[in-house]
Amino acid sequence: MKQRRWISTVTALSVSIPFALSVSAQQDTQKEIERYRQLLADGNPAELLEMRGEELWKQKRGPKNATLEACDLGLGAGKIGGVNAVLPRYFADVDRVMDLESRIVHCQVTLQGFTQAELTKRPYSLTVGERQTDHEALTAYVVGQSRGAAVNVPQAHAKERESFARGEKMFYYKGGPYDFACATCHSVDGQRIRLQDLPNFQKADNAQRAFTTWPAYRVSQGAMRTMQWRLYDCFRQQRFPELAFLSQASIDLITYMGVKAKDGKMDSPAIKR
Amino acid sequence: MKSRSLLLALSVIALGFSACSTMSPASVDANAISESAVKQTLRSSFLETATAKFDRLEQTELQAACTEATRSGKELDSKVRETLQSKALAAVKYPADGKYLGDWKRGEAIAQSGRGLQFSDAANTAAGGNCYACHQIDKAEIAHGNIGPPLAGYGKLRGISEPIVKYTWARIWNSHAFNACANMPRFGDAGILTEAQIKDVMALLLDPASPVNQ
Ligand code: HEC
Ligand code: HEC
Repeated sequence: MKQRRWISTVTALSVSIPFALSVSAQQDTQKEIERYRQLLADGNPAELLEMRGEELWKQKRGPKNATLEACDLGLGAGKIGGVNAVLPRYFADVDRVMDLESRIVHCQVTLQGFTQAELTKRPYSLTVGERQTDHEALTAYVVGQSRGAAVNVPQAHAKERESFARGEKMFYYKGGPYDFACATCHSVDGQRIRLQDLPNFQKADNAQRAFTTWPAYRVSQGAMRTMQWRLYDCFRQQRFPELAFLSQASIDLITYMGVKAKDGKMDSPAIKR
Repeated sequence: MKSRSLLLALSVIALGFSACSTMSPASVDANAISESAVKQTLRSSFLETATAKFDRLEQTELQAACTEATRSGKELDSKVRETLQSKALAAVKYPADGKYLGDWKRGEAIAQSGRGLQFSDAANTAAGGNCYACHQIDKAEIAHGNIGPPLAGYGKLRGISEPIVKYTWARIWNSHAFNACANMPRFGDAGILTEAQIKDVMALLLDPASPVNQ
């Protein structure tokens, strides 16, 4: 019953709220969103995606006909509870720091035999009403198993500290025709772009709220978006070139934000504007 | 050339050192990460799409100085600041025909539009100024941001004397002329808006008939 209602709500949402909001429509949209918020108060459509992700996770797939159940996301093979609160982290088997999304792809390559190229070709569902990708479903499932876990992104290994340090430098790195850095929009209290509140990552509570609520189901897009997507879209607004999926810069920035969000309680996939 | 490769070598050494100290609990200070290591990482992390090419990852002198100032929380050295500002002011191009005000209605549309220069925009997309992202302007538009100061009543409050008109033009052309690290894009200097478009947003702010001044 409940699921049925979600499905019809999701369809209604993706039809009634276009992907790129025209500015004059923003006010109306804001009201509409409030209405949907109430409507969805007892359920987040991302939970449907989590269920699809769980099925995918446990299904034998790929050239090696294997499930992902043996995947080591940092807390040991097969352990997925709480992993998103302690990622990105250093993985000895690849001798580098990986974020959650990189590691899921890594497991699909090593355990199931998919190629990196086919998995990274189209990680996000970008057009209105498009079916969410397998990557988005798998991510939804795994992060959903971290709800309530306290953020503690490790800084014990030198490569983890280097990732943080590079992330910090990139956070402040002004460039491009607009002279923007992440810090332009995310380092002052109470700032807004249009009506959207901007978290100030220099404040622990702001950083915690932002970090613990991604990935998130976005009502305005009728889709769940991952943290890699969040950065991809912020770099778009920053007028930088196109952020490559799973790139080192994305991992370093996630490390930076994660360390800033220490002790926050994971609560994703959340539901947002 | 030479100093570049030297920097690169130094950064490799720096990285090598910290990698050896895996056991040390001390945190890696961002200062220990060289600029070239950061640039290399950025360079390997993006794709060139539409007009958004790798040259955008190269910093100007001002971008580098202001990056460091915000990161460290230390004000720019006052001499550096003055030099950067006067360079910016000297490079402002005022309209050749001496006409500063265009059409406020077109100006409003430009102030509303956030299009342009994104990797998702086609190369021929006309850019907007997206002024409402950061400023209150026409009070009727409540979906405005607050990164910049409110501009409602701008012309009514200041009048349209020559110094005000020229100041406003220069502000929009290159905000760094007045505050080196101001968080406002250089609409003229960076070629975001055309001269005609700047005249239109000027009219939005200064034309007595504009809703901004009612
Ligand atoms: C030009 C402005 C701008 C820049 C530059 C920018 N962002 Fe954002 N960012 C936004 C806006 C606007 C939102 C909120 C979007 C929304 O509510 O739909 C946001 C949201 C976010 C969020 C989610 C916050 C939450 O609570 O949901 C994160 C995380 C984030 N940005 C990180 C970054 C990082 C890292 C960078 C640099 C790579 C960056 N941003 C650069 C405008 C920007
Ligand atoms: C990303 C944010 C941002 C955008 C977009 C932006 N501004 Fe600004 N603007 C600012 C900030 C910040 C300041 C204050 C600068 C300072 O600190 O010196 C400012 C200052 C100004 C001033 C000077 C105000 C005064 O009191 O002297 C004017 C005029 C102005 N902006 C006009 C515009 C117009 C017109 C546009 C669009 C074409 C625009 N701005 C777009 C952020 C922005």
